[in-house]
Amino acid sequence: MVRPELMDFDKALELFEPVMGFEVHVELNTKTKMFSSAPNEFGSEPNTNVTPTCLGLPGSLPVVNEQAIRYSISLGLALGCSIAESSRFARKNYFYPDTPKNYQISQYDEPIAFEGSVEVELSDGSITTVPIERAHMEEDAGKLTHVGGSTGRIQGAEYSLVDYNRAGVPLVEIVTKPIYGAEHASPELARAYVVAIRDIVVSLGISDARMERGNLRCDANVSLRPRRTPGEDPAPLGTRTETKNVNSLRSVERAVRYEIQRQAAILAAGGRITQETRHWHEDTGRTSAGRPKSDADDYRYFPEPDLLPVVPSPELIEELRAALPEAPAMRRRRLKAEWGFTDLEFQDIANAGLLAEVAETVAAGASPAAARKWWTGEIARLANAAETDAASLVSPPDVAALAALVEKGVLTDRLARQVLEGVVAGEGTPQQVVDSRGLAVVSDDGALITAIDAALASQPDVLEKIRDGKVQAAGAVIGAVMKTLRGQADAARVRELVLERASGDA
Amino acid sequence: MSVAESIIRLSAAELADRIATGDVSSVEVTQAHLDRIAAVDEAVHAFLHVAPDAALAAAAEIDRRRAAGEVLGPLAGVPIAVKDVLVTKDMPSTSGSKILEGWIPPYDATVVRRVREAGLIPLGKTNMDEFAMGSSTEHSAYGPTHNPWALDRIPGGSGGGSAAAVASYEAPIALGSDTGGSIRQPAHVTGTVGVKPTYGAVSRYGAIALASSLDQIGPVTRTVLDAGLLQDVIAGHDKHDSTSLRDVWPSMADAVRRADVSGLRIGIVTQLDGEGFQAGVLARFHEALALLERNGAEIVEISAPSFEYAIAAYYLILPAEASSNLAKFDSVRFGLRVNPADGGTVEQVMAATREAGFGPEVKRRIILGTYALSAGYYDAYYGSAQKVRTLVQRDFDAAFDRVDVLASPTAPTTAFKLGEKLEDPMAMYLNDIATIPANLAGIPGISLPAGLADEDGLPVGIQFLAPAREDARLYNIGGALERLLEEQWGGPLLGRAPDLTELVAALAEEGVR
Amino acid sequence: MSGISAEQVAHLARLARIDLSQSEIASLTIELDQIVDSVAKVIEVATPEVPATSHPIPLENVFREDVVGETLTVEQALSGAPERDGSRFKVSAILGEEQ
Repeated sequence: MVRPELMDFDKALELFEPVMGFEVHVELNTKTKMFSSAPNEFGSEPNTNVTPTCLGLPGSLPVVNEQAIRYSISLGLALGCSIAESSRFARKNYFYPDTPKNYQISQYDEPIAFEGSVEVELSDGSITTVPIERAHMEEDAGKLTHVGGSTGRIQGAEYSLVDYNRAGVPLVEIVTKPIYGAEHASPELARAYVVAIRDIVVSLGISDARMERGNLRCDANVSLRPRRTPGEDPAPLGTRTETKNVNSLRSVERAVRYEIQRQAAILAAGGRITQETRHWHEDTGRTSAGRPKSDADDYRYFPEPDLLPVVPSPELIEELRAALPEAPAMRRRRLKAEWGFTDLEFQDIANAGLLAEVAETVAAGASPAAARKWWTGEIARLANAAETDAASLVSPPDVAALAALVEKGVLTDRLARQVLEGVVAGEGTPQQVVDSRGLAVVSDDGALITAIDAALASQPDVLEKIRDGKVQAAGAVIGAVMKTLRGQADAARVRELVLERASGDA
Repeated sequence: MSVAESIIRLSAAELADRIATGDVSSVEVTQAHLDRIAAVDEAVHAFLHVAPDAALAAAAEIDRRRAAGEVLGPLAGVPIAVKDVLVTKDMPSTSGSKILEGWIPPYDATVVRRVREAGLIPLGKTNMDEFAMGSSTEHSAYGPTHNPWALDRIPGGSGGGSAAAVASYEAPIALGSDTGGSIRQPAHVTGTVGVKPTYGAVSRYGAIALASSLDQIGPVTRTVLDAGLLQDVIAGHDKHDSTSLRDVWPSMADAVRRADVSGLRIGIVTQLDGEGFQAGVLARFHEALALLERNGAEIVEISAPSFEYAIAAYYLILPAEASSNLAKFDSVRFGLRVNPADGGTVEQVMAATREAGFGPEVKRRIILGTYALSAGYYDAYYGSAQKVRTLVQRDFDAAFDRVDVLASPTAPTTAFKLGEKLEDPMAMYLNDIATIPANLAGIPGISLPAGLADEDGLPVGIQFLAPAREDARLYNIGGALERLLEEQWGGPLLGRAPDLTELVAALAEEGVR
Repeated sequence: MSGISAEQVAHLARLARIDLSQSEIASLTIELDQIVDSVAKVIEVATPEVPATSHPIPLENVFREDVVGETLTVEQALSGAPERDGSRFKVSAILGEEQ
């Protein structure tokens, strides 16, 4: 394969305006599938979560999962969409061995939700509104494994194996309208949009939203159109490509950047873009051509005769609307204001994905500053070292308790770090670790004075130096005291006592 | 007449009574029918599969339960034939197609489960046009079924096997499916009774779909009462079928027992009375109406102008839905697989399998349906057909504002000769002219014997249609007319059918010569 | 005549995944043309103000509770498989794209 020429990204943006569109598939975490009572479960032995309907056996029929309808309406509302008074399912006809009936039950001309928008925040704190065209319900396909050949990919495989456990898992497909004006931030916006969708479905609790498991999948449409001088009518939309197989947030960003650079190179050289699906390859960081759009896309949609219209009552819609959690974008704005952070400080937390943790820690009584300091500092460091999520190490109430112990002077920062290690190691709550490890600050002046006296005895000239104005000489005594008390002393108090002694002896 | 000979002549209701009183056992009844199948089915070919061992075991179990004092359903112990369109756990289910040859499904259709639970004894699976596409059972991949009245004639279709099984006393009752007349038209040409219930009255779960919005499962019997008894067993809500109605149905058998036509208003559809209908068919139709009128019914002429477009709409909707329903036959999960000589990709394997596994009529309709749904043609063809459906429903609504039931001949002609229309699809399609409107509108219909046509001595059926959910009206008028006609005839019409054993013997002799 | 061509029939056969022979395509072209000619009359009465009917008996909101029900065993699921490998269905190589 000849490596396609890529144009420099900045140069590409100089010549062309990128226009994007996304189709995000969200797998719902209902207990059963969209149209059958088989379990919706990941990781089972192949072909165990199946009924005659999942296998498309002759005579089998679909029946709609009510919970999937409720979830879809909730998602539609969270996307700011209108909920259709009446929506219906259609058959999308195409042959593929992972599609048991060789048609997919989807929604076509009457989706359950339409016309909405999602606010997406970029790393500079700016907000972009992504217009949503529709969100519709459909069923997932089974899983193909390609065997033989060198790569485990479809090309060159000798045969394929089919597992229908995933066939019929409920999906909502969220389709955006064309997104204009993102310019240089296009790749970042792509990523941020998927993050925003993920945040929404997680806050609704309707999907596990794990991209690596395919709970959340993004197809990215990219086209370019030539720049025009101001005042001129905008150029018509260019031919778009649809990049599939984009299975991580990082890939979404990279794939969009790649397509912009690839298409710009072709267009600048006088070439034409082929309307086609393209496949993202995580390993090489490239897309490759898939099937061109053609007659094969004649899906012969028609209303699914085995199913009936979905006509949600206004009461149901209002019930679900009332139960919606705060929109993630709104929540960010509210939290930022409440906590009084700078943009940079807030982005620090948001980009680390620790908003929920910090919020819960503050709710448990810690100051926003302390909560931020612990989560983005020591806990993030420990998580990094352990290659795991910060949230899995320690609970927000424990972090709040730790911050309180520091606040009260029971712990110094250094001691608190030791206590945190104990909590992470499963030794109990911060207070339990303090007690069992005996890590509390020695706050008894008598004990401190005894230690100071012992230190002064071996360094008798210190008091003299302090009286001569060399206050920094106290440092040596403080160091010795801390050593004696294994760090469990408040250095500031020790300093005070040493200075008192110097002035008192004068 | 031997005991076995007399057993098989009994109706299901009579058999059930004899079994209940201990006069005969279910095993004896079942054995008598198995013997009859062994004697005549080679000539009739009503069955694709017979399950003697399972049937006798099920019968013995019913006898045991009865002996133990269990209270069983009204048809317990009575044998039944099952159209091969219905999936059965213990018997191959082919829908008359090579592509499903030998396939034994891992589940029972809901109606099959219900008849088993009601204590009925499945004897086997009956022949049909492949995937129920046809009006003569000649499109079966396993060879045609022969009409017991004249073995060189068609038994109707697609459910010719069920109708012929019942008409030839191989089974007292059977299950059929009716998408455009596949229960009623075979009843018409075999002198039997067939009912297409209201769409949604009987579950479609486990019925191998032809056209989902038209298909309905129903009874195939020799008497109207038997049909009512069977509908009482199979009707009712099924959570596996979204289109299944939640209605609580009155007993259809009771409607037959109380049958009375006095004061009943019967509409004759002018569009289904005259041109294109055989003289002998029309003669029996009008005599039957006159008989009903003499017994207190009122006859009214009704015009249904949209019926003229019904066949056209049907032959767009049916192929469209069928082309999608039949896509699942792809050699991946079940059924036939044909590997092209040079190996090939999965796409090529699928295409080779479907080429080899589907018969010409199935291919014809899949291609037609694919065309009707394809980009650029959908609105003109499928979309327009769905609008005609609305118009047909409006015609029915207007008619049922004026009358209680509608009447027509069930089909334009008596049984034609095997092979006569095989090469002319449009001529074959016209057989369903009187039965199709009911499927488009989802309303119930019955066909029962009206007599024999003068010109050929073959059976003629009369059809009644009622508004949706008013199936009981059909059992009322059907029960009443059957009683009046049998009083005239001095017994059931089937009593006038030629003796099959003689026909079979003659055939054997012919074979020797 | 509705003017259905042999190329069109061949295309429909590809869409429907049926490997029709040349003679089948030839005869189907003629038959289809006749059939389409006679069914096209639906257009005459399908005026814009007539709504389409997809379900003969109108119902809506037919749902199932989200409760796990009976499933097939692996053996039942694969009982009809023309070819299998362990607990999965086996098919020939797929030419085309990854999905």
